[in-house]
Amino acid sequence: MASPRIGSWIKIPKERLQQLIDTLASDGYRVVGPRIRDGAIILDDLTDIRQLPAGVVDEQDGGHYRLREDPTAGWFDFVVGPQSLKPFVLPPREPLLQLQRTSETWQTETPEIDDRPVAVLGLRGCDLHALSIMDRVFLEGPYVDPRYEKRRASLFLIGVHCRRAAPTCFCHSLKTGPALPAGFDLGLSELEEHFLLEVGSRRGAAVAARLQGEEPASGEITRARMATRALEQRMHDRPLHGDRRTAGRWLETDHLRDRLLGNLEHPRWSEVAERCLACANCTMVCPTCFCTTVEEVSDLSGDSVTRMRRWESCFTWEHSYTTAGPVHPTTQSRYRQWLTHKLASWHDQFGTSGCVGCGRCITWCPVGIDLTEEVAALGNEVPHA
Amino acid sequence: MPDLPTLSAAPASVDPWQPAFVEIVAIHDETPGVRTFDLAAPHGYTFEPGQFNMLYVPGYGEAAISISSHPKSPQVISHTIRRAGNVTGALFRCQPGDRIGLRGPFGSSWPVGRYRGANVVIAAGGIGLAPLRPAIYQLAAHREDYGRVAVVYGSRHPKDLLYRETFDQWRRADIEVLVTVDFADDHWTGPIGVVPTLLEQLPWMGPHTTLWTCGPEIMMRFTAQQALRQGITPDHLYLSLERNMNCAVGLCGHCQFGPSFVCKDGPVYAYRQIAPFLFVHDF
Repeated sequence: MASPRIGSWIKIPKERLQQLIDTLASDGYRVVGPRIRDGAIILDDLTDIRQLPAGVVDEQDGGHYRLREDPTAGWFDFVVGPQSLKPFVLPPREPLLQLQRTSETWQTETPEIDDRPVAVLGLRGCDLHALSIMDRVFLEGPYVDPRYEKRRASLFLIGVHCRRAAPTCFCHSLKTGPALPAGFDLGLSELEEHFLLEVGSRRGAAVAARLQGEEPASGEITRARMATRALEQRMHDRPLHGDRRTAGRWLETDHLRDRLLGNLEHPRWSEVAERCLACANCTMVCPTCFCTTVEEVSDLSGDSVTRMRRWESCFTWEHSYTTAGPVHPTTQSRYRQWLTHKLASWHDQFGTSGCVGCGRCITWCPVGIDLTEEVAALGNEVPHA
Repeated sequence: MPDLPTLSAAPASVDPWQPAFVEIVAIHDETPGVRTFDLAAPHGYTFEPGQFNMLYVPGYGEAAISISSHPKSPQVISHTIRRAGNVTGALFRCQPGDRIGLRGPFGSSWPVGRYRGANVVIAAGGIGLAPLRPAIYQLAAHREDYGRVAVVYGSRHPKDLLYRETFDQWRRADIEVLVTVDFADDHWTGPIGVVPTLLEQLPWMGPHTTLWTCGPEIMMRFTAQQALRQGITPDHLYLSLERNMNCAVGLCGHCQFGPSFVCKDGPVYAYRQIAPFLFVHDF
């Protein structure tokens, strides 16, 4: 079969996802996808389609996450777990530089990157948007991070158009979902017995050509799209029927930047600080929070040193440390830094919001702080500077 | 921030994490707890006044240190450092001949070239004089290009005044040097008080004057307010901010100040750019 064109669709029986996994593995990819571990769906090595959490859905709400079986659920009707693509492009810990003392000076060596290409199955619209935001941070500024660049280039992205929203989802208000944006190699839509695969790239086409797919029957592409569009409509109509359980949350984005930066002394900041534990969970699960710090790891002699980059959070004391003390000494100042950065100053820095509406920060906050609620509490007024 | 010059664009092929190892050629005692480290510059190194380097002691880490030497003496780069933490403590245990890591220069600079023909006031507090010294050297070297030039400098005690031996050189170059301290000792005959108060002794400050300030943030806030009262406009008032600069290339997120990253958009800002955030508590 000739390579399908970019933008074309093929239809495969559901079980043939196995062949997709095998094809990618034989091309040298490490294939990862959704799997259940410790009661949550994470992205982990995938060798067999029976490892997929088909028929499982996630109950999510502020500070709440549970999996349950649902006989009506398809293969991908759960939404996002605690993990995003972040650890695959920006590992939680990685060496940046190795140094060895010589008699006169220091020899440096840049550690090799494990650049075995990674194929990720089951990514949602919010996750793909988050990746493009990370690209702006690490690839499109005056400096490029070479480690991010190398990992990013070898990613093979298999997206899934969502048919179901969790109560914590608010992609619709940020226009990051529930449909996939461009940027995937293959995009999956689920029908009863089949998947439709949309070809998003040349690499995707080369893989799709080897799956012995057939052309979708008349109306099947429309039917697949309608499932996602119906969800989008439910999310859009949420203010009418107000049901978070099926239609997620809403973040009002009108004048959001100016509402936040114009309300830096609002009493709500101290109110939320009374609930916030400054535990940093929100920043760890956020698919775009990119702060890191570098630690020195040396042997006992001090002659062999590794500079180790690890994830850092603006909720820690160290994050804003200066010799005059931390710039953000209180939970109030740290929560304000996080939220104003994510939703306001991110626009100044990178020309986009730093939020994709995935809702992870709501679910994984141990006290259930909900940023959509915090933003609403700041009001709709844009103060005059 | 659209109207800020980004001076430190590097080719994408360069690993921004790779330091050059350079020799410490001399170490000078300045004031209690403060020393100046002269480093042999890497080949082809140039910088602008107000920029900083990341200095690295393997096993201890990096510290962002502004450059305090003459921009036209590129063979030696000086850093005036206060011993404050782990990294600066390790630097203070180094000897001439040791090699340390250097990445840089980074950040924005004092607008020395932009203000030819104008009056210039340098307002420094404590070790904040160090990042201004390269600008003073340049003003002195091209003194005839400028109107009136003054250095207004304050420290806590007389013994903390940096570069005292060069004040007379600056005066000979027709730079007014006004110095104040918070607490006098038995030998002090100069003014006692803070820098903003001393600015009142410069009645010629006005719309054709630019003021550049570096020091503790609270000192800069009051200096800025006083400068505005004396007729300097928000476009011609510049401050150098300190934040936790960790990577220096805008990738680590630590040094944010509202919409900007201090490492690449700063450390030198026009007052107008940061005025909405400068007076917000703990921001």
